[in-house]
Amino acid sequence: MYQHDVLVIGAGLAGMRAAIEASRMGADVAVITKVHPVRSHSNAAQGGINAAMGGEGSDDTWELHAYDTVKGSDWLGDQDSIEVMAKEAPQDIFELEHMGVIFARDEFGRLATRAFGGASKQRTFYVGDITGQALLHVMYEQLLKAGMRVYEEWFVLSLIKEEGECAGAVAMNMMTGDIEVIRAKAVIMAAGGIGRVYEPSTNGLICTGDGMALAYRIGAPMMDMEMVQYHPTTLKGNGALLTEGARGEGAYLINKDGDRFMKKYAPNKMELASRDVVSRSEAIEIQEGRGVDGCVYLDCRHLGEKLIRQRLGQIAELALEFANVDIVKNPVPIRPGMHYIMGGIKTNADGASYVPGLFAAGECANVSIHGGNRLGANSLLETVVFGRRSGKAAVEFARSKAKPVRISETMLVEQQKAKIQKLMDQPYPGYTSARVRLEMGKIMDKHVSVFRTEQGMKEAGDTILRLMQQYHKLSVRDHGKVYNWNLFSTLELENMLDVAEATCMSALARKESRGAHSRLDFPDRNDKEWMKHTLVYKAEGGPKIDYLPVVITQWPPERRTY
Amino acid sequence: MKTVNLKVKRFDPATRKSKFQDYQVEVDDSAAVLDAIIEVREYQDETLAVRCSCRSAICGSCAMRVNGHAKLACMTKVSSVSPNGETIVVEPLGNAEPVKDLVADMGPFWAKVKQVQPWLKPSLPAPDREYIAPQEAMQDLVGAVNCIMCGACVSDCTVLEVDKNFIGPAALAKAYRFVGDPRETQTARDERLSQLSKYGGIWDCTHCYECVQVCPKDVAPMERILDIRRAAVAAGFRDNNGTRHSDSFARSVKHTGSLDEFRLLPESLGLDDIAAQLKFVPTALRAIAKGKVPSPLHHKRPGAEHVTRIFDEMEKE
Ligand SMILES: Cc1cc2nc3c(=O)[nH]c(=O)nc-3n(C[C@H](O)[C@H](O)[C@H](O)COP(=O)(O)OP(=O)(O)OC[C@H]3O[C@@H](n4cnc5c(N)ncnc54)[C@H](O)[C@@H]3O)c2cc1C
Repeated sequence: MYQHDVLVIGAGLAGMRAAIEASRMGADVAVITKVHPVRSHSNAAQGGINAAMGGEGSDDTWELHAYDTVKGSDWLGDQDSIEVMAKEAPQDIFELEHMGVIFARDEFGRLATRAFGGASKQRTFYVGDITGQALLHVMYEQLLKAGMRVYEEWFVLSLIKEEGECAGAVAMNMMTGDIEVIRAKAVIMAAGGIGRVYEPSTNGLICTGDGMALAYRIGAPMMDMEMVQYHPTTLKGNGALLTEGARGEGAYLINKDGDRFMKKYAPNKMELASRDVVSRSEAIEIQEGRGVDGCVYLDCRHLGEKLIRQRLGQIAELALEFANVDIVKNPVPIRPGMHYIMGGIKTNADGASYVPGLFAAGECANVSIHGGNRLGANSLLETVVFGRRSGKAAVEFARSKAKPVRISETMLVEQQKAKIQKLMDQPYPGYTSARVRLEMGKIMDKHVSVFRTEQGMKEAGDTILRLMQQYHKLSVRDHGKVYNWNLFSTLELENMLDVAEATCMSALARKESRGAHSRLDFPDRNDKEWMKHTLVYKAEGGPKIDYLPVVITQWPPERRTY
Repeated sequence: MKTVNLKVKRFDPATRKSKFQDYQVEVDDSAAVLDAIIEVREYQDETLAVRCSCRSAICGSCAMRVNGHAKLACMTKVSSVSPNGETIVVEPLGNAEPVKDLVADMGPFWAKVKQVQPWLKPSLPAPDREYIAPQEAMQDLVGAVNCIMCGACVSDCTVLEVDKNFIGPAALAKAYRFVGDPRETQTARDERLSQLSKYGGIWDCTHCYECVQVCPKDVAPMERILDIRRAAVAAGFRDNNGTRHSDSFARSVKHTGSLDEFRLLPESLGLDDIAAQLKFVPTALRAIAKGKVPSPLHHKRPGAEHVTRIFDEMEKE
């Protein structure tokens, strides 16, 4: 048995930032992660991180950043949280710089910015097109500097709930197969996104919604799970992402006739309208026959080779490697692809969920910054701002607590062992967990995607229920103890199915179009009835839906045009 | 679609034995080697272990040996390593112990990264805003920061094969990222250079270029090692075999037009360090027995004065 004041689950940007804050406050803190910290998916962020820095020669303000975010969210973001983020952003960027991030500079050696979608000012700080990688590795350096305890390549199986409070986790050491109890006075969930619930997705294979499902199972509600972002520029072949930074640097979107079609849909912001808007425009172009092979094009040719090499090197490499296109010379075929989940474990601005002792930050949390649609480069910002804040709040919570009560450790371990043994004992049903996942991913991508209908979403919901039945017959055929991928991927599938079900149910319930939730049968936003959050609780007999008002501080709803 | 023949080196942690296993799968024409491996583990043999995540060459999980050389499996096209359907041989990374199948023990790798104290040591107190730093300096570091710590370079490092004490190309490239950072203090930089000049550090690289060739992100670790050497020599860290070795090399070529191999070893070790030289006596005796000792009589080559002149010109610059 292990014991800490604070246990952070996840070593992406949010988790590591939370852990560093907790350790600065003198708490005994540990991080647990199913992959080495620098393998976390924060790596994949290319474009940058937002902050309204103001300063010499800039007329940007935190209010403008907040307003852009509110508008981007289609008025579903909570304005109190958004204010916190926009106000605190500059200090967090400076801190990242002080930690060692090699942000791009202007001619005076100060931090440089680039343009990004949905923003009224240029306020995105970046490192070439490897911003996430640059940040993640620096955060890991800080973790090493702090001498943090890291349970590396440990898989969290369940959260411990004692007398209504979260009191640690049960996890498997992936290298030995041993199941251990790690007790903590406070737990911070920072386990990232759900990409693999969809097929295809820009997300890595490790983005399986574990954190959300684990929290959901101990009674923490998820919020706005219907809000799933499709990114406008994903590669045709493998669904890899080409950063919005490309359009920030001036790249065009063109259809098969070479037309910059965004002039029809967003005459002012053109290619840099909000993502939901651009993705819908592309989908319409493709549907109406102005695409090629289910795609439109991202055109970088006019940017010139030098700029492309210096600032868009990684996407030039991706396009060449994975689509065989040299973006210096040719437009590259792209299409909207599943990218991000705005929804997540409902928290307040200090990361506290509805279960005392359980905090959450990063993509698995929903502090309600992004509402119906996330602005590019706001998510990295969310990880550091709310990672830091939840780290602090978790320590304060832990300090207020006496010694935890103790459910028998053996019982906690035996429960997990029994569950795993059952999976191993079952006869092979004729299909693998990958087959089930693929069917789930395809149906979600078909019906709970850019455009949605009642009928489609019902079909998706029914399919998920059927797949849940199939899940219970799955057999784990690898009986080894060491690095048993067969076992982990099966457990991940269980998590993904829970998330998929919650997403379908939340989406079916919202009878309007807002942000990324665009319904052909309810095409308009309906502020009168639907300016509210969807909460989803796990319950016997299926998810239970509830609602919560949106927090408005100073920006009442407006018509949203770009 | 096309058929891929994979020969996978599998390691069984229970018996601690390795064996090759053949698989045949159908994949897309544009598939990467990793796609083929994933196809195997998802539909044919769920017991096959491999680390992978992003499939876009950024997370660094899937480095392994493909046909004998370290590569990121996700960015290695099947068509490039098997243009005519040849069998593709995949093995775990070299210079590492296997854990299971293609999963290698990265513990020693990370321990070496830690050894170079990989965090910025800037001048304090920090400014209210950012440190002012020239874009060129930051852009120069992008090359090193590009490193995704996949371990390909370490896998194929020829020095590590014979000397486990070598810090290795990945950790040294990481060290360069700080040595080259204008925000570090002079003291921190000097301390790094002094540490890195010791046994196991920058002077133990033999310039075999393997790391440059296998690096999937063009980090060119060996070039970074050379960059640190230049910085170390310029900062006056000359009291080490490496610096003496290159000085001896240059001196004999400059004055005689060719390398005086007989003097190279004692000069590298330091002419006054008799103890260090004595350690090489057995090796020298064996070399003499095999007739491999260079002649102590080193003659000036005809035209050596031209070489001297080239040296003089260069030194003036
Ligand atoms: C291709 C791409 C590009 C992007 N570009 C940008 C951008 O330019 N700007 C921007 O702001 N945002 C961008 N985003 C979004 C942003 O990168 C992510 O939302 C953010 O990095 C998520 O960070 P995180 O710390 O919440 O999670 P992650 O970095 O995903 O980390 C999750 C952690 O949880 C751990 N974990 C998960 N499950 C378990 C378990 N069961 N047991 C133990 N550990 C577990 C994992 O090991 C991992 O360490 C992009 C996303 C993608 C996919």
